[in-house]
Amino acid sequence: MATAQLLYEEAAVAFPNRIDRTVELAHPPARVWAALTTAEGLASWFGHEAEIDLRPGGTGELRWEDHTSPIRVERVEEPAVFAFTWPIHGLPDSDPRRTYVEFTLEPTDAGTRLTVVETGFAQLSPEQHDQAFGGNVEGWAAELGDLVAHLAAHPDAA
Amino acid sequence: MPPEPEQVAEQVFTALADPTRRRLLAELAAHGPATATDLADRLPISRQAIAKHLGLLAEAGLVTAEPGERRRVRFRLRSAPMRTAQQFLAALARDWDDRLDALTAHLEDS
Repeated sequence: MATAQLLYEEAAVAFPNRIDRTVELAHPPARVWAALTTAEGLASWFGHEAEIDLRPGGTGELRWEDHTSPIRVERVEEPAVFAFTWPIHGLPDSDPRRTYVEFTLEPTDAGTRLTVVETGFAQLSPEQHDQAFGGNVEGWAAELGDLVAHLAAHPDAA
Repeated sequence: MPPEPEQVAEQVFTALADPTRRRLLAELAAHGPATATDLADRLPISRQAIAKHLGLLAEAGLVTAEPGERRRVRFRLRSAPMRTAQQFLAALARDWDDRLDALTAHLEDS
């Protein structure tokens, strides 16, 4: 019985809805901030080319050799918090689902502790949402906007 | 209530683990809705096996049955569960480890 319960709990959390990583960097937050939030910085480690309009609601693009990803800037709180949403790679362009990526920079004696959290992989599809709530794709997109707003307002909740 | 994403992904991966079901899904993806008879004509799989696997796929919500010509049931691929499974795969493919290594290297170099 106990084993069955354990297996069930493991199964229930198996879908990786949230990815988080922390790295200690030997550079001050200002330098890390520039690498995360400027086109030049992003192009030197994240994509091959990048564009960014650095303000909440601003858009940008990350380009690699084989694909391009549009991003939408959600939080800009220099030099501590930078967040954006972007599509889930592999889904059609028309799919409204996006994940939320938030970078948090904390100054340390050695430099910066950088945390990245990406959430939103385990969202229901628009079709399943329709079945459950009788809504439509636009309704789901609005709901997702609310989720993003909630996450932006409560960075520690997620 | 709709199923949890985890359950949906599990159904997709279970379906894809079987070569006959993989073949049927691939055929429906490539050539569109088809009856069990159409599929038996095109694939080296017995009609009986096709009917059994289509039944399992329909139960799992990966195909839907719809009325076809001459009162035959046609099976159509449902993409929503595949997309949910794709979200699972996308999470595995995000690869923040490599990205953060690249960021660390960039900061060292510049």
